[in-house]
Amino acid sequence: MLAESGQFALIVALAVALIQGTFPLLGAYRQNASLMALARPAALTQFFFTALSFACLAALFLNNDFTVAYVASHSNSQLPEWFKVSAVWGGHEGSLLLWVLILAGWSAAVAVFSKDLPQDMVSRVLSVMGLLSVGFMLFILLTSNPFDRLLPSFPFDGSDLNPLLQDIGLIIHPPLLYMGYVGFSVVFAFAIAGLISGRLDSTWAKWSRPWTLIAWCFLTVGIALGSWWAYYELGWGGWWFWDPVENASLMPWLAGTALLHALAVTEKRKIFKAWTIMLAITSFSLSLLGTFLVRSGVLTSVHAFASDPERGMFVLGFLIIVVGGSLSLFAFRANLFKGQGQYQLFSRETLLMLGNILLLVATVVVLLGTLFPLLSEAFNMGKISVGPPYFNLLFFPLTLLAMLLMGVAPFVRWKKQEAAGFIKGFVWMAVISVVLGIAFPWIFFGSPVWQVIVVTVFCVWVLSATIKDVVKKSVNKKNVLQGFISLPRSYKGMMLGHLGIVVLVMGVTYTSFYSTEIDVRMATGDSVSIKTYSFKFHGVKDVSRQNHNAVMGEIEVSQNGKRLFSLYPEKRVYAVQKNMMTEAAIHWNLGRDIYVALGDSFDDGSWAVRVQHKPLMRLVWLGALISALGGMLVVADRRYRQVRRKRSVKNYPLELEA
Amino acid sequence: MEKSKVWIFLAPLGVFIALAVLLFNSLSNDPRLLPSAKLGRPVPIFSLPVLGTAAEQFSQENLKGHVSLLNVWATWCPSCRVEHPVLNQLAESGVVIYGLNYKDKSEEALSYLQQLGNPYQKVIYDEKGDLGLDLGVYGAPETYIIDAEGLIVYRHVGVVSDEVWLTVLKPLMDAASQSEQVPSKGGLSG
Repeated sequence: MLAESGQFALIVALAVALIQGTFPLLGAYRQNASLMALARPAALTQFFFTALSFACLAALFLNNDFTVAYVASHSNSQLPEWFKVSAVWGGHEGSLLLWVLILAGWSAAVAVFSKDLPQDMVSRVLSVMGLLSVGFMLFILLTSNPFDRLLPSFPFDGSDLNPLLQDIGLIIHPPLLYMGYVGFSVVFAFAIAGLISGRLDSTWAKWSRPWTLIAWCFLTVGIALGSWWAYYELGWGGWWFWDPVENASLMPWLAGTALLHALAVTEKRKIFKAWTIMLAITSFSLSLLGTFLVRSGVLTSVHAFASDPERGMFVLGFLIIVVGGSLSLFAFRANLFKGQGQYQLFSRETLLMLGNILLLVATVVVLLGTLFPLLSEAFNMGKISVGPPYFNLLFFPLTLLAMLLMGVAPFVRWKKQEAAGFIKGFVWMAVISVVLGIAFPWIFFGSPVWQVIVVTVFCVWVLSATIKDVVKKSVNKKNVLQGFISLPRSYKGMMLGHLGIVVLVMGVTYTSFYSTEIDVRMATGDSVSIKTYSFKFHGVKDVSRQNHNAVMGEIEVSQNGKRLFSLYPEKRVYAVQKNMMTEAAIHWNLGRDIYVALGDSFDDGSWAVRVQHKPLMRLVWLGALISALGGMLVVADRRYRQVRRKRSVKNYPLELEA
Repeated sequence: MEKSKVWIFLAPLGVFIALAVLLFNSLSNDPRLLPSAKLGRPVPIFSLPVLGTAAEQFSQENLKGHVSLLNVWATWCPSCRVEHPVLNQLAESGVVIYGLNYKDKSEEALSYLQQLGNPYQKVIYDEKGDLGLDLGVYGAPETYIIDAEGLIVYRHVGVVSDEVWLTVLKPLMDAASQSEQVPSKGGLSG
């Protein structure tokens, strides 16, 4: 019954989404208040039924109902309870349901937090989101129903969740990532609503900006979490692979980052409107494209879901309708875009545009690299795949240019900046950056590499420029601390966001260039050393747990002869799928990670052991978190809340159409 | 708005249409099922070093004489790590597997094998991806079935799991071994 209820709830949600997607839109077109007023209750109802459907699926997992095909292939009675819940999104069908739930959640959030927006705008936005829900719900019900039964012959027990996914990182990674992906649907809906209504002023940008920022923060944290998971779970110390699925999440992030900056310009200076709208459409389109790449099976990947051409065809059709439709509308409404602001060549506007172009170029680089096997095949060049060397080669200069802009643009005036005075203010900083940039890797890591020096110089540059600007703005007040506190949150958020990127770039560079990795065969009592650390192998013992058995090794780590701690890497064998899993043991602090993993055992009882020393590894994820925090700080800026209060007092007339 | 500017606004749509056509095309060719253009043909002529040796060369001739798997792998390929335990099991059960180390660094490849175990009889070291290009390798991992005469029988793109082995590769390998035994017997009697 539960499975049927879940399916029924989803069908009801589809019907409600259809109402949400059509009547309010029609109402906005005819200026019919009662039709428009349907939008909010419909969005909330749709969310309720989607959540109900999702809850049914979760209950099926908790009840071990193996008559349901999806549960049977992704769970097992021995699976720990919390993994049963996360197993709901451990496969294609369930993760789509999660996607739909989150989309409905964003709809509901817009319905609740848009009291200050004119009704026709809200109606259009919610309608567009309702139509997106319709598409995805049809996708689930027609091609990937998680509630399908395996009757009459169902298995006695389930075939278990992939052990790789039995992990805390994978409980929270997909929801966060989807919050980001799907979150871009809000700004997309705002863009479409703006294009339809023809109202694309700076208020439009002001409304869209917090939503975009929140989605961007989720996506940032989601991607970082995925990287962290791969790092400790795949068992060999890699943390980014340029795998198609990772790229699928990186593309909307890059486009979304460009969009954030474009929105800031549109809000402040009323220019770049067409560009901003284009980016809003692009960001969400890339999220959809990611879904297509992952679920259609056109590219092979570790994370890929079972491929199915029928599903691929459906997503492609949906992609064509959504993206093709919105870009056509964009071209059709080209006459709407007339910039109002004037600016000169050396101004913040120009620099922000450069940054935007840079981010878009990076997006295209990732897109081409990801689709290259398909492209080369289409042009009969054979199937050539480009690996990490391609991405690393191109991302190095792109990152440096981005850092250069980050170190200049925030301190340049809007409209027009005198070049001479500006350069004078930065001479000392340039000197400091070069000196510290060379000194830092030299002192702490001994062997300077030119790439590391260049990156460090740029990082110090951004860091010192940021600190200088913050201090300069703070000391204008009587008390520096008070001055700092009274700075606008959007300014502090921007600075924090940029600092996060600096931290991330430092982490990426130093771990890439200064990691030490040794693979040795060790018998009990053997020692190896890396730099000042030495690692002593104390043999292995057997461990038995709820759904897996493990061999646990003990490795004692000491530094300069002084014992520090012991690490316990494991080799696990999961009872149901018989997969062998490597569980690395990691000891970390901000300065370095020590990573130990067990390889194979040999007949004489010795083990292959992999030991890694990775300097500044944590900065990669810490930087992403800091950046996301900066984003949230901008959302918390006073002007978004003031607007809300002001508007709730003002009574907006419904007929705003020009 | 000037006429010329309208075209700029149509540009994103144009890019998207091109992309959609490309994606539509690739949908009909599932990479996992993509037959190699070389299917049923001999393995291309090559001579490459054996991983970890300076002097030893390996050529298509070395693949003849028995039915074997040719597994394309690299240390930069995360999926390869996923299938590696399966390959180890297969090798233990007596399946002949050759490795093709694709666009990789030899030190890294050697330490990878040291850590995860070595299921391969020999590993062909294809640093520049020459043989990969001749074979039409799409990416790693890929696994080919080569029969006793050095002909390519089948190509599998993606991870070799227990399921793939049992349902796809094993039946084909068994069939290849069968067919090769018949003529050899005939040769003896005649």
